[in-house]
Amino acid sequence: MHKQIEGSRAVAEAVALCRPEVICAYPISPQTHIVEGLGELVKGGELTRCEFINVESEFAAMSVAIGASAAGARSYTATASQGLLFMVEAIYNASGLGLPIVMTVANRAIGAPINIWNDHSDSMSQRDCGWIQLFAESNQEALDLHIQAFKLGEELSMPVMVCMDGFILTHAYERVDMPAQAEVDAFLPAYEPRQVLDPADPVSIGAMVGPEAFMEVRYLAHAKQTMALERIPQIAAEFEQRFGRKSGGLVRTYRCEDAETIVVALGSVLGTLKDTVDELRNDGHRIGVLGIQSFRPFPLAAVRAALQGAKRVVVLEKSFSVGLGGVVSTDVRVALSGLHLHGYTVVAGLGGRAITKDSLARTLHEAMADKLQPLTFMDLDWRIVNRQLEREAATRRSGPIAENLLRDVGTVASKVH
Amino acid sequence: MTAPIKFYQTGTFTVGNRLLSPEQRSVQSSLERSNSLNSGHRACQGCGEALGARYAVDAAMRATKGQLIAANATGCLEVFSTPYPETSWQLPWIHSLFGNAAAVGTGISAAMKVKGRSDVRVIAQGGDGGTTDIGFGCLSGMFERNDDVLYICYDNEAYMNTGVQRSSATPPAARTATTMAVGADPGAQFGQGKNVPLIAMAHEIPYVATATVADLRDLEAKVERAMGMHGARYLHILVPCPLGWGAASQDTIKLARLARETGLFPVFEAERGEVTAVTKIRHRVPVEEYLRPQKRFAHIFGSKGHPQMLERIQAQADRNIRRFGLLEDDQ
Repeated sequence: MHKQIEGSRAVAEAVALCRPEVICAYPISPQTHIVEGLGELVKGGELTRCEFINVESEFAAMSVAIGASAAGARSYTATASQGLLFMVEAIYNASGLGLPIVMTVANRAIGAPINIWNDHSDSMSQRDCGWIQLFAESNQEALDLHIQAFKLGEELSMPVMVCMDGFILTHAYERVDMPAQAEVDAFLPAYEPRQVLDPADPVSIGAMVGPEAFMEVRYLAHAKQTMALERIPQIAAEFEQRFGRKSGGLVRTYRCEDAETIVVALGSVLGTLKDTVDELRNDGHRIGVLGIQSFRPFPLAAVRAALQGAKRVVVLEKSFSVGLGGVVSTDVRVALSGLHLHGYTVVAGLGGRAITKDSLARTLHEAMADKLQPLTFMDLDWRIVNRQLEREAATRRSGPIAENLLRDVGTVASKVH
Repeated sequence: MTAPIKFYQTGTFTVGNRLLSPEQRSVQSSLERSNSLNSGHRACQGCGEALGARYAVDAAMRATKGQLIAANATGCLEVFSTPYPETSWQLPWIHSLFGNAAAVGTGISAAMKVKGRSDVRVIAQGGDGGTTDIGFGCLSGMFERNDDVLYICYDNEAYMNTGVQRSSATPPAARTATTMAVGADPGAQFGQGKNVPLIAMAHEIPYVATATVADLRDLEAKVERAMGMHGARYLHILVPCPLGWGAASQDTIKLARLARETGLFPVFEAERGEVTAVTKIRHRVPVEEYLRPQKRFAHIFGSKGHPQMLERIQAQADRNIRRFGLLEDDQ
């Protein structure tokens, strides 16, 4: 059924269609509307056989989900940004224990300075935590990925993060095709845990493991992610067969045939990027886009296959490894090992800075002329950066950085170039 | 054949088990006890926590007819009971993290509710560090939501598993690895720490109780009583630690008894925020008798001692006795 609804509402309804049994709710922008929607569905009696728990922190949200999942219940929560960081210890615990919790991450920047707007710093910081990480390009894909995530996670006994851009997707009203309950029931079987806390068959979960087996337990997590590399495209194909649309999978190419330049990105920016590439194509440039839907497991072979015919690769990413550069581009570089092509990292859109077609076109023109810096910060305001550096060189007590920069900007409003 | 009557603990007020009617007898005296924390674990000699956990969990198992799941915080109890690939637990048991046992308990309880397993009950347990410090947020959240979990704190008054560091349950003057017995003001600070049973009461949860491993039948009865109720319940058990307290292994029960008889550890029950019962002290014991056998308080005594510390600790005991009405002749 087609609906014109907010992205968060679409995700809430999709999660409800998956018949979750325990939902842990803690507010944090821009995720909050999702758990609000679920709370309403539970309280209103539309989602039955489900416990909706208002917890006191994100750490508790993940911990309650751990307990519920270990006791055999399909468990869900959602978070973003600081909330994701606050639950980090429990995030690693959930994957280490092999509990197939599904969590939405409404991607948002991490402070300081505190910032509620979108980038990918939060989930990228959990790159190595053992969770599967799927990135949605649109609200429809976000909705669909949740249905796929429960199936994937439960088959492998691994937790899954569905990452969707905060505000850009979570707060955007778009038309989505909402599946019927019967269709989802036919796609997603009831949860059959591999391990469960059951008085009829007592087990101890979470024993201390020393050097004799720790590496093996960790390797098994990797082995499962390797299995996920196979299952993710299969599940996407099953999904397409039943629901009639492409969603998920490992990667998707756009106009990459004969492309000399391919831009790699994740999430909602793919839309703007495709529009930009269309215009560049109209001008005769041989350029395409590679969207990555599965960031963990990282599809090395699929990325290599998609990029190996190109002359240059531009990784456009909303994340930043301070002291190195790109996060996604480091992984892309591994995929391209041994290939001779020009590689560029473009860090853009941090803290919600708009990524415009104009800026993208300008940057990509520079890339195609091989005049781009290997590491480029798109639309960085060098004026205020340099002024702060001069200030710090001139005086020891230069004051709080963010406040200085805001004073130099002269306005507190988000600046769009 | 009639069994001869025996007074098992000569010189105490504890009567022998066989004097009691069968339904009042200790869970541990029954052949049907569940041995939930089975033998072979690696606790130290004289470990109060192992003793307390054994009695508490077996009592909870009997009260629930074996339909029990346990969540455990990181700490001594977790480490000594489950060195991979061994486990001493004979019930479904999960260890997640140091600070989240109460929340994991909430999750299990919610799963049981949604699955219609009202017969399966949940306990969460941890040491004082995992309860009064790092797990306190999750504990308070569990209380506030009145989740159907009995939380048991085994309080040995410091972080013993990491090598005896101060927790918010460490008593004033006690020497720990982070409150060394050096300087003008040796040991843990006076005027710090928190009383979690009282804080639990402030949540107005159905049941709060304290107990010690010196009164094991009382401990069992409190667990049984707690399992007869629903909602958030809290049981705080004083469990002496020979290693951390610098005490002899055979003195664990004696020290627990002295903690109660001095008034330093009031033993009481409360329902919905109000004290409903206290275990009375027949003879007030000076705190010195409790403190002297413990090396963690050694700096109080001797020629270079700190008699003013002794006075302050005695004043605390006296305040507890007044506040909780602990003395029998006060009635």
